[in-house]
Amino acid sequence: MASPPATTSSNAIARRFDALHRESRRGLVCYVTAGHPDVSRSLETLHALQEGGADIVELGVPFSDPIADGPIIQASSQRALENGMTYDRVLDLVERAKLTIPVVLFSYLNPILAAGERALTRAADSGASGILITDVPVGADPKREEWLGNSPLAFIRLVAPTTPRDRMAEIARHGSGFVYLISRLGVTGLQESTAASLPETISRLRSTTALPICVGFGISTPAQARKVGMLADGVVVGSAIVRAAEEGTEAVLALTRSLREALDA
Amino acid sequence: MQADTVHRFGAFGGRYVPETLIPALEELDAAFDEAMRDSKFTGELDRLLKEYVGRPSPLSTAPRFSEEVGCAVYLKREDLNHTGAHKINNALGQALLARRMGKRRIIAETGAGQHGVAVATVCARFGLECTVYMGEEDMRRQELNVFRMRLMGATVVPVRSGTRTLKDATSEAIRDWVTNVTDSYYIIGSVVGPAPYPRMVRDFQSVIGLEAKAQMLETAGRLPTSIVACVGGGSNAMGIFHPFIPDSSVELVGVEAAGRGLDSGEHSASLERGVPGVLHGSLSYLLQDESGQVHPAHSISAGLDYPGVGPEHSYLKDTGRALYVSVTDDEAVEGLGILSRLEGIIPALETSHAVAWVVKDKGRWKENDAVLICISGRGDKELAQITEMGLLPE
Repeated sequence: MASPPATTSSNAIARRFDALHRESRRGLVCYVTAGHPDVSRSLETLHALQEGGADIVELGVPFSDPIADGPIIQASSQRALENGMTYDRVLDLVERAKLTIPVVLFSYLNPILAAGERALTRAADSGASGILITDVPVGADPKREEWLGNSPLAFIRLVAPTTPRDRMAEIARHGSGFVYLISRLGVTGLQESTAASLPETISRLRSTTALPICVGFGISTPAQARKVGMLADGVVVGSAIVRAAEEGTEAVLALTRSLREALDA
Repeated sequence: MQADTVHRFGAFGGRYVPETLIPALEELDAAFDEAMRDSKFTGELDRLLKEYVGRPSPLSTAPRFSEEVGCAVYLKREDLNHTGAHKINNALGQALLARRMGKRRIIAETGAGQHGVAVATVCARFGLECTVYMGEEDMRRQELNVFRMRLMGATVVPVRSGTRTLKDATSEAIRDWVTNVTDSYYIIGSVVGPAPYPRMVRDFQSVIGLEAKAQMLETAGRLPTSIVACVGGGSNAMGIFHPFIPDSSVELVGVEAAGRGLDSGEHSASLERGVPGVLHGSLSYLLQDESGQVHPAHSISAGLDYPGVGPEHSYLKDTGRALYVSVTDDEAVEGLGILSRLEGIIPALETSHAVAWVVKDKGRWKENDAVLICISGRGDKELAQITEMGLLPE
């Protein structure tokens, strides 16, 4: 598969990590579900994330059957769908938010397929920089992976704790932007502690790729973010942000700031 | 990257799952192929199908029903299997495979409860730990099956997300598997899910078609003109169709649930009214809206109440090898009554769809034709539901 064409949008992620690297800082990637708790508050949440110091926003495209997600993100997706969220409206949200930090769409395959051939270029036009699809592992669908890999968006691939080393290399080779390392077996959500095997998994992955490595799933507190941040290039916080978004913009801002401070400390 | 043809039926199927499951699916793929080449495994499966399930299931003639239809009708009696449906063929095969792979914890999803009961049954037989996910709505509709599963030591977990039916139970079972993939084995109940499940479940269910073919030749001295089976996910249909696919003279008909009518928007006819999409790990015809959100299915029968369908059925539809039709809730209930009155066989509501279509479309067969219906399950489980709905005759 060819590497993505050099367009400004996908490079926004690379530039962000280059800048972080120069400053010896770790990236803070924050997930929110588009349209949750409602469309206007979703817009406020995005601005709060940027203001609070997030480096990258993962914007969830809601799907009716999110098999990789735990209860918090499931409920937020269901609520977003009830609010009438569609792929077009997600792009509209990206466009209206006009964030200066990169936006990565986080989706299941089906809503993207339903949006048609131009789904990815339209996302780039609206200002998105990358896309991550939870249910397209490497080799699952070469034709569509090529479509995803050759779009103006960075194509972020996932590595799991169960992924063997050879396959890690294969995954990294077919992705761009950064590699998303799933920290533990299971679905998205909160947990008390991080997997004991994480340092070893990260070093195994590090030996196969030069792409930045961001670790997600189960990271919710500043202390966890700090701990994982010492091992990786970035951390992804999802369910905790979604829960804060339900409380309000102030809660999102406070959580993002505390995560930022923990990572920079 | 090479095109993935191993895991597909034409364009359909595949492995659209979180990365975490990929090594487990590869392990399963290899273990299944290896087991099926090992005569110790197939020998034990055959022995248990005989002594525990009660196979071969009979092929019954149906004189009064044949008279109603106007040609000879034969019934493949999966309702006479232990636990009362075809589901045990697959549950037994996969439980043996799980044991061979050293997995002691079994996960399953269930709609009507027939698959859940079959899995709980084989887990009791082999001393395996069993967790069954079932939609809360289905638990209400099929209370008796919940009792049966619990009686046999299974944990039945109510699923309260989404539509609270089979679709959401399947999502929840997949989430459990992602979380416990190292020590757990997921027994999918139909020819759906990521590869190798559709192929594996089909192969374990093919015993239906293999027996039926031999029995037709023995009883009728011929192959059937048409084979009719109900399709939700489509495992009884794939099981009876598969050995007949090379016999081009044999028409294969899958009957989906038209629910309250195909135009009502409340049905489960994925093949007739769906468009290809990805759900639960494979690409297949799917009921969905224009935004790619899965549309809730409806059927009077919990076992057909699923918005997707096995990918091989999508392939058989597109290649024209099989025909897919549908009957409504009301027609299915009528079908249940007809077979009960004419043959003393109470079919499951799922099966009743196939029965009802044969009656409804009987004009298509000539006197010398022979129709084979897969009686996928027995209807005892429906009695509470149809009584509650006031559908029992006075």
